[in-house]
Amino acid sequence: MDILLQQLINGITLGSIYALVALGYTMVYGIVGLINFAHGELVMVGALTALSVIQALMTSGLGLPPAVIVLAGLLVAVPVCMLLAYAMERIAYRPLRGAPRLAPLITAIGVSIVLQNLAMLVWGRSYFSFPGVVNVTTYSVGGAAVTDQQIVIVLLAAALMAGLLVVVHRTRLGLAMRATAENSTVAGLMGVDANRVIVAAFLLGAALAAIAGLMVSAYYGIAHYYMGFMLGLKAFTAAVLGGIGNLAGAMLGGLLLGVIESLGAGYIGDLTGDVLGSNYQDVFAFFVLILVLTIRPSGLLGERISERA
Amino acid sequence: MNCSRFCLAATAVLLFLGIGGCSEDKKSQPAPKAGSAEMKTVDVTIGVVAPLTGPQSHIGKDLENAVRLAAEDANAAKISVGGSVLKFQIMAEDDQADPKMAPVVAQKLADARVNAVVGHFNSGTTIPASKIYSDAGIPQISPSATNPKYTEQGFRTAFRVVANDNQQGKVVGEYIAKDLKSKALAIIDDRTAYGQGVADVVQKSATAAGTKVVAREYTTDKSTDFKAILTKIKSRKPDVIFFGGIDTQAGPMLKQMKSLGISAQYVGADGIQSTELFKLGGDAVEGTLASFPGLPLDRMPQGKSFGERYRTKWNQDVVLYAPQGYDAFNVFIEAMKKAGSTEPAKFLPELARIDYGGITGPIRFDEKGDIKDGPITMFKAVGGKWVPVATIGGPAPAAEKK
Repeated sequence: MDILLQQLINGITLGSIYALVALGYTMVYGIVGLINFAHGELVMVGALTALSVIQALMTSGLGLPPAVIVLAGLLVAVPVCMLLAYAMERIAYRPLRGAPRLAPLITAIGVSIVLQNLAMLVWGRSYFSFPGVVNVTTYSVGGAAVTDQQIVIVLLAAALMAGLLVVVHRTRLGLAMRATAENSTVAGLMGVDANRVIVAAFLLGAALAAIAGLMVSAYYGIAHYYMGFMLGLKAFTAAVLGGIGNLAGAMLGGLLLGVIESLGAGYIGDLTGDVLGSNYQDVFAFFVLILVLTIRPSGLLGERISERA
Repeated sequence: MNCSRFCLAATAVLLFLGIGGCSEDKKSQPAPKAGSAEMKTVDVTIGVVAPLTGPQSHIGKDLENAVRLAAEDANAAKISVGGSVLKFQIMAEDDQADPKMAPVVAQKLADARVNAVVGHFNSGTTIPASKIYSDAGIPQISPSATNPKYTEQGFRTAFRVVANDNQQGKVVGEYIAKDLKSKALAIIDDRTAYGQGVADVVQKSATAAGTKVVAREYTTDKSTDFKAILTKIKSRKPDVIFFGGIDTQAGPMLKQMKSLGISAQYVGADGIQSTELFKLGGDAVEGTLASFPGLPLDRMPQGKSFGERYRTKWNQDVVLYAPQGYDAFNVFIEAMKKAGSTEPAKFLPELARIDYGGITGPIRFDEKGDIKDGPITMFKAVGGKWVPVATIGGPAPAAEKK
């Protein structure tokens, strides 16, 4: 069981990333009732944009310290993703505001495909290696190896999630978001501009996605035009696991899914007597999705941002 | 209402017809003999299939570049066969390293009646495609597929200019057991025909030579997250980790190994022995060992000059299998010259008994289609470059230094 701690650490790191992306899914669903399947692509665009900026700064010979380079990458990636999300909302989703639920769903899948192919045109089809900007130091904790990268990811994700909760529960914008989620017509009568609130939800989700994208490409060392697809699906599963529409649920679901995947991939060989191997790692997320939808469709934490009548 | 619907439908139909008409591939039909003074010319189309897009595109493009260079050289040389000058064209297709795409692409080439095919790159795609080429009678030389099954199927049209995994895996397994003196070996493979095949052979030969295999893990050829399996492997404390797969996975895997604090010696096969691995893995690649079913570029008879010409034309270094691709193309030309014909049925028998001095070395095929006396080289990653540390097998070496 000496690897249990290591697998847990890996799982929590992975889970923090899933949680950040799942928040984007859950916020949009809670307010608009739409599952934005293109959200994974926002993560990908964030990752590739940050990567391009970082590569450019590294080869420019300006001699900037690594932390500044990474920050610069982030400062460019976040607005780009926010802009992209805004465009998505205005062009693809707003015209379908009153349409039957299937239309925005299919549109979301379409937007996802369009973004993947746009990324392919802009960045090409090859896999990009994340440049070794910051030296990764490994600490040994109780037999397990923890890198400062993992610590930063977990802490940053926690801080962002806390920040989001503060925004949603302590600011006027958050109040407006919760009100629109409860009943957008009545909220409109109270003077809440539904369009502004929806755009805010998309923008917040996109900002988190951009940061998550940078985290993923730094953590795994690789980024490419198709990376958003699988990550998006797993984050969606995490959101459903926790209860879609529920912010705390998305965070819990993300962490839980990361740990399940890590432990599952690590122990599946032992559990099945080597019949199934660790190449089935991705299966865990979908297995969990099936279980949740069959046994408890409302997810672990059940209720949404606010109860619907 | 009726009119607008009808108009919409009509426009859609017209658009489809238009798009369909416009995207007609330039097929190679034997062109009417272009009369230039007295010389007749005959069009020869050689197909090249490799993953031109996706994670392995750098290797696929490398092959395409090599074949295009070969075609250029051949056209400049104005080779004449059977009284006509040969005009070479390339039909490059992308199989995306996907065993499901391979037969589709192969059928496309077969329908276009290409004279020969250099391809595919992956064993997993070469094997299913070979059936289609065999049925169509189109000779196929793979510059890189190492899975033994390719030539064991008994197709007369299947050849390769590299040693196969039975030899490569055996050499690697014995190197691990005897040269690295490994006591605990962990093996990871990517579950493709190639990765799994070479990993199995390595496991067998290392075990036979006295090494204990302490872990066997799997991944896929699209994964980027190896932390879970590496953690599990770390707990078994191996001194050598062998990976059967491609550099696109090996790079991130090495990085993640470093961050988990795993200090085992990393060994791979030809799939990771590319110049791209250094970009993908950074300084975690240092010290990695990899085998290659051929000679190092500067030990090949004309390797250095090919490397320079390749660099001049394509503005990058040879990635992995370019020399083999170049030779495969020229082996076809040699067979055509010997047979005095560009028709596959006529030069196929000459291909089987060819004896050609290529830039990679002497090329002769055995009765299955494998190259005879193919050498295997072990490389070590030192200072951002691959340095050969051992060469096993091959024809009688000329001024070989160990």
